[in-house]
Amino acid sequence: MSGLNLRGAYAIFSFELMRAFRTFFQSIFAPVMTTSLYFIVFGAAIGGRMSHVGGVAYGAFIIPGLLLLTLLGETTSNASFGIYMPRFTGTIYELLSAPVGVAETLLGFVGAAAVKSLILAAIILITASFFVDYHIAHPFLALGYIVLVAAAFALFGFALGVWADGFEKLGIVPMLILQPLTFLGGTFYSIQMLPEPWRSVALFNPIVYLVNGLRWTFTGQSDVNIWISFGLTVGFLVICASVIAWMFKTGWRLRS
Amino acid sequence: MEPILEISGLSKHYANGPIALDNVDLTIGKGEIFALLGPNGAGKTTLIGAVCGLVRPSSGTIRAFGLDLAHDWRRARARIGLVPQEMATDMFTKVIDAVSYSRGLFGLKRDPARIEEVLRSLTLWDKRDSQIRHLSGGMKRRVLIAKALAHDPELLFLDEPTAGVDVELRRDMWRQIGAMRQAGTTIILTTHYIEEAEEMADRVGVIDKGKLLLVEDKAKLMARMGRVEADVSLTAPLSEIPAALGHFPLHLSDDKLTLTYRGAGESAEAKAELAQMIAALVGAGIAFTSLDTHQSSLEDIFVDLVEQGK
Repeated sequence: MSGLNLRGAYAIFSFELMRAFRTFFQSIFAPVMTTSLYFIVFGAAIGGRMSHVGGVAYGAFIIPGLLLLTLLGETTSNASFGIYMPRFTGTIYELLSAPVGVAETLLGFVGAAAVKSLILAAIILITASFFVDYHIAHPFLALGYIVLVAAAFALFGFALGVWADGFEKLGIVPMLILQPLTFLGGTFYSIQMLPEPWRSVALFNPIVYLVNGLRWTFTGQSDVNIWISFGLTVGFLVICASVIAWMFKTGWRLRS
Repeated sequence: MEPILEISGLSKHYANGPIALDNVDLTIGKGEIFALLGPNGAGKTTLIGAVCGLVRPSSGTIRAFGLDLAHDWRRARARIGLVPQEMATDMFTKVIDAVSYSRGLFGLKRDPARIEEVLRSLTLWDKRDSQIRHLSGGMKRRVLIAKALAHDPELLFLDEPTAGVDVELRRDMWRQIGAMRQAGTTIILTTHYIEEAEEMADRVGVIDKGKLLLVEDKAKLMARMGRVEADVSLTAPLSEIPAALGHFPLHLSDDKLTLTYRGAGESAEAKAELAQMIAALVGAGIAFTSLDTHQSSLEDIFVDLVEQGK
């Protein structure tokens, strides 16, 4: 075996998916429950008073933002736990001693985290349909963008899982960085609704571009140039992949 | 003997830490059982880790099956198995899933028949659907061995394979390791139980403070460094060792009541010399009440070597 060990990558991939289904309530049910609550509070309760944003019903307007709110957190957490737990329990010895390199490892771990996110996104969209009427303007672009974001944040989560040396650090980034940035990133509102200087300040929040990128694929409307959204997402993916490649090359926090 | 593993000038220096491996040279022959002995922190696990890809060597080369591990690591690792010292398993996974996962990770096709064979050989088949957390310590260690055997490695590292298991299970594991060797697997094991090395190894290596102090055929080492000792309790004190016994390696205790024989070299020769010494003792009319003989074990030799190293 001198080329890519695709069976090895598939073994990691299927093992990781199996882990998610073993923790069904935590991996699938809990995010769906949380998203449903958001729809009830923001979509039904507040949405009734907001009616429309930029010609789109408020309930439908918040779907892309809510989808990203869940996806970013869950994808990052899934991928970071996926690699952190073997480090924590010591089972990483098997991965490091196997004929798998960075490519197989990422295909396995990141692929599984991304697939879990796609399943989650589908379930959230089905859940949303029970609360609001919505229409996806560019369904294939929406799917492609969700895959891109899921892959980028799965890579980010993987790097986080290698970096973290404790459970606290593992939780800090999704809870204290991603979640606040997502809430302030136009999940529930258009940044055009913000007064200055907050509207300009919001443009420094990278999540604004992600939310608007996805929102454009759903509604055809965006507060920002969607090419910037696309470019930022691809750039973030490349940076995360490069960081992970460096981690494997140097063995940083993986090999002693 | 055809070499299966060749380690040359291997060193591992940790930043601001001790030297874990110091210019280690070692060649392992195909089909042998090699026991690596050493006190805690001697570098045994680091050496295994360097071969298996868990530790990044500071310098030196490692070749397995003629392949340079720095370049051909994928091909080489596919043929190497590792049973770690720590009980590292995914506790919530079923036994059969954990073992099947290991086979896939090493790039092999699913083979339920082979997995069943491995599990049966380790008496794990009845536990195949149990989560690993529900198994006893000994069973968990067997799962680690099953995972390492799932891809049929030609070279198997066993890092303290019987640590923490009871005597009965330890002997059972020895039998299994013997069976692996019969199947053609080359085995390198580290152990704290010197008895284990004495029982199973063809060759032994002693490592301390990262330095490989010696590598030798076990039988030759025991013959070269082993001793036969005998304490003869005399009925009456002797003023000195009689001239008739002067050519035997004897020592008279301070209270003049015990003669101690220390014979070096091949144990059969030393035992024959001891018999001659007893005959000479009787011939000289020296009466004794008891004879206590002792043959030095590999453990005695190991302790001597490590003490000399200090």
